[in-house]
Amino acid sequence: MPSTHLPLLQVVIPLLAAPICIILHEKTLTWLFTFLVTLTSFIIACLLFQHAAQDQVLTYAIGGWAAPWGIEYYLDRLTAFMLVIITGLATFIILAAKHSLETEIAADRAYLVYCAYLLNLTGLLGVLMTGDAFNIFVFIEIASLSSYALISISRDRRSLYAAFKYLILGTLGASFILIAIGLLYAVTGTLNILDLAERLPEVGNSGTVFTAMVFFTIGIGLKAAIFPLHLWLPDAYSYSPSIVSTFLAGTSTKVFIYVLIRFIFTLFGIELSLEQVGMNELLMLMSIGAILYGSFQAIKQDSIKRLLAFSSIAQIGYMILGISLATAAGLAAGLIHVFNHAIIKVSLFLCLANIIYYTNTDSIKQLAGIGRRMPLTMSLFTVAGLSLIGVPLTAGFISKWFLIKAAMANGYLAIVAVIVFSSILALVYIWKIIEVAYFHPETEAVLQQTEQRQTPWLMYLSLFLFIGACVYFGVQTHINVGMAEAVAADLFRLQP
Amino acid sequence: MDIVAHFNYWTVIILMMIGLYITIAQSNLIKKLIGINIFQTSIFILFISLGKISNGTAPILTDTTLPYSAPLPHVLILTAIVVGIATTALGLALVIRINKAFGTVEDNEIQQEL
Repeated sequence: MPSTHLPLLQVVIPLLAAPICIILHEKTLTWLFTFLVTLTSFIIACLLFQHAAQDQVLTYAIGGWAAPWGIEYYLDRLTAFMLVIITGLATFIILAAKHSLETEIAADRAYLVYCAYLLNLTGLLGVLMTGDAFNIFVFIEIASLSSYALISISRDRRSLYAAFKYLILGTLGASFILIAIGLLYAVTGTLNILDLAERLPEVGNSGTVFTAMVFFTIGIGLKAAIFPLHLWLPDAYSYSPSIVSTFLAGTSTKVFIYVLIRFIFTLFGIELSLEQVGMNELLMLMSIGAILYGSFQAIKQDSIKRLLAFSSIAQIGYMILGISLATAAGLAAGLIHVFNHAIIKVSLFLCLANIIYYTNTDSIKQLAGIGRRMPLTMSLFTVAGLSLIGVPLTAGFISKWFLIKAAMANGYLAIVAVIVFSSILALVYIWKIIEVAYFHPETEAVLQQTEQRQTPWLMYLSLFLFIGACVYFGVQTHINVGMAEAVAADLFRLQP
Repeated sequence: MDIVAHFNYWTVIILMMIGLYITIAQSNLIKKLIGINIFQTSIFILFISLGKISNGTAPILTDTTLPYSAPLPHVLILTAIVVGIATTALGLALVIRINKAFGTVEDNEIQQEL
């Protein structure tokens, strides 16, 4: 029966499709092909989601080798939840890619972007699917190597330096994770995550396990750009082509947050990581730093891409904050924000891709008056911006609501104050763009570009889908909130 | 005696620190990559040390049962070496393009041009 192989197909299809992009070579053809491949992945993810939602854990032994010896793919609700987010974003971002890439990179290189895009997707999906700790490292490196290539493909020469910086920090991060995995293997003699989870309590809170935890936290902090290990992120997002920054902002950091959740809750277990070592206290400090630093830096930026990148650092802070509350409600809030922020940030970046397609710049000063020239895009930007701030009836409100509720339940009033204060900061940096766009006179750059081109409908289609999702998930919350709460209950082993 | 008994682990720690220091302190991008390589090599030694037991032989099935070294870490490290090579290759390719675009591979000179 073919459906039994779905977990494997989820990862293998984009992997096999990537080299075909090189053979196809022609840019429209590869674009169409990439879209079909990502759409197939999305459909598979939805099927797996349906399966997992009925509280069934699916395991798949690669090559028929049983679990502790062979590599096992492991699908529970958390995996399924993340799979749908990542494949969904990958599919609908590709819609906008064709035209956006035409203006931003050399035409004969477009097929390489699609190839690296699919490889990146393979890596991310592999990290989510696999139940083997070493395999996670390999897939992390597949995802990272392709993202270095994606960043460096831009015409802007600064992207090369950004990619190199990311390569150095990213490799260090992955190596730290590898050391952690090696130390865990040394004390338990296994690499299977479920097996590790079973054997770690016997070893207990030994020095080796603690060292592994430290290496892991630093490594994943570098990879997920958790403050103060975020240094690569602003450059990587701001100098890469718009579609690449959209994709990276939506997917890659989210997957590393998944790895963090998987290690804390499944692998180390709550007793060890949260109760004995107190990882949550460190994560809470980092997240509050991230929220405040990211928001303040965002206010100072002139480049909108850079502004959104710093805002991402702050938003990653919210997700980590949710996890660090160490309650089921907190974890659920973090997961809801992973889902909602992915949609919101992608919407904002896609609006920006439209603006760059039209004007070739993302500097706020040069974009004065753009609201009158591109009324539709800017009004959509405003909707997504309001969602980022957390205005009711948008997705952003839901995440902040659950986050504040979870913090209140723990009695952390100071954290509630931080969340509210940083929402005000978000209002400041989004307003800064909107004010210049609507209420300042048009600049030369905006006027000159007016008649040259119309934004293609495909880019609008992609944008409308994400903005639609932003509003939809602000009103109808049963899918994402329901699933996130079920996942959190699973991980805390609560009875429903 | 402890230092001698754990000689390989001390080597790992020293190599790791040397690699990390080069990566952070050197401004030449190629030297940074060399630093990363030394750092990764130390991890390879760590893994291989984990698999070794004293008087252990190769894990080959024979009539007499002998103590043998764990083969799994070796296999893992083969994979990690491949990953390391891919990273180095990509890094060097980036350095070549950086050199073409900026005319230098020194960190501080590039940052002045940014």
